[in-house]
Amino acid sequence: MARTVTRGSKIGWTIAAWVVALLIFFPILYAFITSLKTEPEAIAGFSLIPSGTFENYVTVQTQRDYFKPFMNSVVLSIGSTILALLFAIPAAWSMAFSPTKRTKDILMWMLSTKMMPAVAVLIPIFILFRNFGLLDTRIGLTVMLTLINLPIVVWMLYTYFREIPGEILEAARMDGASLWKEIVYVLTPMAVPGIASTLLLNIILAWNEAFWTIQLTTTNAAPLTAFIASFSSPQGLFWAKLSAASTMAIAPILILGWFSQKQLVRGLTFGAVK
Amino acid sequence: MGSITLKQVSKTFGEAKVIPSIDLEINDGEFVVFVGPSGCGKSTLLRLIAGLEDVSGGQILIDGKDVTRNAPAERGLAMVFQSYALYPHMSVRNNIAFPLKMAKLDKAAIDKKVEDAARVLNLTDYLERRPSQLSGGQRQRVAIGRAIVREPSAFLFDEPLSNLDAALRGTMRLEISELHNTLKTTMIYVTHDQVEAMTMADKIVVLNRGNIEQVGSPLDLYRSPRNLFVAGFIGSPRMNFVKGENARSHGAHTIGVRPEHIDLSTSAGAWRGTVGVAEHLGSDTFLHVNADGIGTLTARVGGDLPVRHGDQVYLTPQEGRIHRFDDKGLAIK
Repeated sequence: MARTVTRGSKIGWTIAAWVVALLIFFPILYAFITSLKTEPEAIAGFSLIPSGTFENYVTVQTQRDYFKPFMNSVVLSIGSTILALLFAIPAAWSMAFSPTKRTKDILMWMLSTKMMPAVAVLIPIFILFRNFGLLDTRIGLTVMLTLINLPIVVWMLYTYFREIPGEILEAARMDGASLWKEIVYVLTPMAVPGIASTLLLNIILAWNEAFWTIQLTTTNAAPLTAFIASFSSPQGLFWAKLSAASTMAIAPILILGWFSQKQLVRGLTFGAVK
Repeated sequence: MGSITLKQVSKTFGEAKVIPSIDLEINDGEFVVFVGPSGCGKSTLLRLIAGLEDVSGGQILIDGKDVTRNAPAERGLAMVFQSYALYPHMSVRNNIAFPLKMAKLDKAAIDKKVEDAARVLNLTDYLERRPSQLSGGQRQRVAIGRAIVREPSAFLFDEPLSNLDAALRGTMRLEISELHNTLKTTMIYVTHDQVEAMTMADKIVVLNRGNIEQVGSPLDLYRSPRNLFVAGFIGSPRMNFVKGENARSHGAHTIGVRPEHIDLSTSAGAWRGTVGVAEHLGSDTFLHVNADGIGTLTARVGGDLPVRHGDQVYLTPQEGRIHRFDDKGLAIK
């Protein structure tokens, strides 16, 4: 028998779900509201009604160029994602289709690097970056973001590739497909949804990464995360401008996320739903 | 042409010797069934012939040519998989056409072959559909279609019907047999279902733990099983085995009697027993009888026999239908 849902409980749960969703979304909403306030209003205390000024956005743009960190964010997130996929696709491929006794261990080892607190290796990384002249360069940061997201990318692709039944590849082999044709006509079309959601998720992870991007950049390669942070330092706190900068930083990725919801949800469930 | 010869073929996975050493001759046009319990190496043997696994030793010859080191596609064989293994992102038409495209045939030739195959397999109306929009039986026919367009020298079937329900399995069994009669191409068919083996095969190869127990026609295996394993595996319900004094009186360590070769009486007979479960199939009844001093015996009797649970009955094995085995389990001629 199907479970019966009474009208009352349905309404109750709907309200509860909305409350939770609003609670989660609230910091973003409040940043947006604050960005429309004047500085005195912003520090005055809790209020949901701004005076509706767009002045902060103008100030932020004139004080600091928004376009440069925006472009840095775009280059870093897309660049590091493409680089990560270039390494991860062959790696996940071989682990999924010709695993060895150590495959599981390698996967666990890769994931274990994500368990380490990043700050623990800040000093050695910083020194290495300085010695190789990578500080505040797009190349240096792209490599860094690639490396920190690589374990997750490999894991995600591995789970997707594992879902492709081996018999289909064997059928292609029997049908006379060379390795290359097998990849082009059979494997890739079946793997594209998985690769696409991995790509999207990794762009978002790279866009939002705030530890390394702030530590390893000053001006040249600084992405939007560093751009936001810069409003909280030298001349004291300017909450309204800080909020305007934050809103401008998260808007692009929110829009991207909104339009790719379906792919992302599939990506985040990590291949659990077949 | 499609004769296949295995010479001392062996396969090991790490430490495990899955197939110690097998010699086998498959003639052109034969329908050969590899049958055995799960884990007996029958699928591995098929995959070795297909080239999907490399042999650890020995030779595989197709039409006298050594193909042991050839890639699967170079062996001229086609395979139908248990899971159908259709390409989910392609239409039925493109699924069937795939091997022809790989062989670089021109478009007109491909279209003709695909449509011919579709007509034979009743798939003409479904050519533009995706595999996910088809039923299990239709998917299996697409898989067969993809195999026949290649005009292979032999077809390999790996438990192709085990994902289908019982009724459909019966229909598909007939269709595959008819296909074999039409094409007259060598077919190697792997199954754990001895009914499929008995009904379809020209030649059955019974496998157990990677070894061939016996090779022969279905009736050969039924009438003169070489050992206890084959005797127990072929035939449904299973052959009854009796040891001890009853066997010694026939000059054997073990005797075997098929359920259909036991006569039943309510008044007198060789073995007395009590009726346990009676399985009424309509046409037949399978009686499970607890025989005194022997154990449970199965007897196949007429459909409308008036016996009930707990009744006392007498069972008598038909002389001349008793199989005798020595202490090593081998049949005594």
